Amino acid sequence: MTLTKIIVDCTTGLSTEVELTEEEMSQREADIAAASAQKVIDDAASAKAANDKAALLAKLGLTADEAKLLLS
Amino acid sequence: MAIAYNFIASSIVGSGGTATVTFSSIAGTYTDLLVKISARTDRASTNDYFSMKFNSNSANYSDRSLYGNGSAATSETGNSTTAAFMFAVPGASNTASAFGNADIYIPNYASANYKSVSSDAVIENNATAAIAGLNANLWSNTAAITSVSFTAIGSFIQYSSFYLYGVLKY
Repeated sequence: MTLTKIIVDCTTGLSTEVELTEEEMSQREADIAAASAQKVIDDAASAKAANDKAALLAKLGLTADEAKLLLS
Repeated sequence: MAIAYNFIASSIVGSGGTATVTFSSIAGTYTDLLVKISARTDRASTNDYFSMKFNSNSANYSDRSLYGNGSAATSETGNSTTAAFMFAVPGASNTASAFGNADIYIPNYASANYKSVSSDAVIENNATAAIAGLNANLWSNTAAITSVSFTAIGSFIQYSSFYLYGVLKY
């Protein structure tokens, strides 16, 4: 798939869209790798935490509000 | 001190989507810059992460972020130096047609000092859980900022919008 970039010249207001160069593609891959390594906001982890919480509440026979009350 | 927000330029992504949006040739005539973004990407995930670069430079960025997802809050220090991490936007698996929002403030962008950035963003999930976060970024470079680029892991899809304002204090 061909990736593009939009460049808006703030002096003229003109916008152009061009394909990424090979160098830009390489840099993009490096950036993505760095971002992926850095960020751990993981969809699966979030879902697992929510499921674990719901399962524990069910096991205890408590609602979320009742659990909050116990911890307050 | 009076303050004025001046529209500089905008970009609304077309039907083909785009990997990067760049504002170039930014004049140094304002005090600060403000970028307002509404975006979504085609990444095959609930969330995507977008980053920002100044002057096409890929070095000396760092960040500290604080975010919550509706049930927990977390903070972390960014160790990526190739781009300024700017938090998250919805990916392709998020609620259909939901676009995330971000405001990015860049004070003293034309100065000869290191550049700090503050931003807030939310993934607008239109559901119970939605990640919202605050970011503090630093670009350890003394060059005046003349261009700002935004890139995500996926490509920004149609109708993603980027607005650049110059903030004048006088």
